[in-house]
Amino acid sequence: MVAVVRFPGSLDHESAVRAVQATGGFATYAWHADAELPAGTRGVVLPGGFSYGDHLRPGAIASRSPIMGAVRRHAEAGGLILGICNGFQVLCEAGLLPGVLRTNATTSFVCRQVELEVLDHDTPFTRGLGDELSIPIKNHDGAWFGDPATARIVFSYGAENPLGSVASAAGVANAQGNVLGLMPHPEEAVDRLLGSTDGLGLFDALVRA
Amino acid sequence: MTRVVVTVMPREGVLDPQGQAVQGALARLGFAGIHDVRLGRRIELELDGPDPEGAARQMCETLLANPLIEDFTVTVEG
Repeated sequence: MVAVVRFPGSLDHESAVRAVQATGGFATYAWHADAELPAGTRGVVLPGGFSYGDHLRPGAIASRSPIMGAVRRHAEAGGLILGICNGFQVLCEAGLLPGVLRTNATTSFVCRQVELEVLDHDTPFTRGLGDELSIPIKNHDGAWFGDPATARIVFSYGAENPLGSVASAAGVANAQGNVLGLMPHPEEAVDRLLGSTDGLGLFDALVRA
Repeated sequence: MTRVVVTVMPREGVLDPQGQAVQGALARLGFAGIHDVRLGRRIELELDGPDPEGAARQMCETLLANPLIEDFTVTVEG
């Protein structure tokens, strides 16, 4: 079972649940004030949105909320965690992923389809994926800043780098590969009606965890 | 009660796109001689307790600033 964590200001939790269901999995919600993840949780999604209104820094306040203790324990036990957009920001602020997400170099909200390069196929999330994924981005603070020499950069925007990330990074994993964050929205690429089904593989990995 | 002012600024060398946007706007308005503009945040805390400055520093390290990209200063105003 996949637990989708809801914070005040989460927006994309329903899309995340639908994405899990699209791979034949079962999803339930966890609430930010909970001390524990639901019993039987195998995979965790931190969804997109604007938790706590993005006040202070995106993801900063959510990263200190009660449920994050349980999310941290899940990570330490080797459980799979996928952070999407604001969820990626939360994982970085929590120190579960390296670096931080900063305001886009354009200082504008960017909403469009991007072509991602899969640089690292050796994580539980990316083992079965192809070399390129077509997935949309929609964010204002999506420029990853960190040390590319030590971080495990899993997805790249390639030469285009629309947000101004260091090393054109679109997604990074922890050293073990069981915690993955990305700014693009795979949950919005799970049906041909949406123009792409390239996001399904990440949810498939969570469901099979 | 003690007023403590925390200033959080982007670290030297870290690109500040908001500062650059403001700098560009000022230049377009005819202001000359602007070498740099950096945007930060001022946080005013009203604190009780024996060590308000130490408490504010701890708050900065725990939540108010992200050391990867930000520096902070703490000033006790009394």
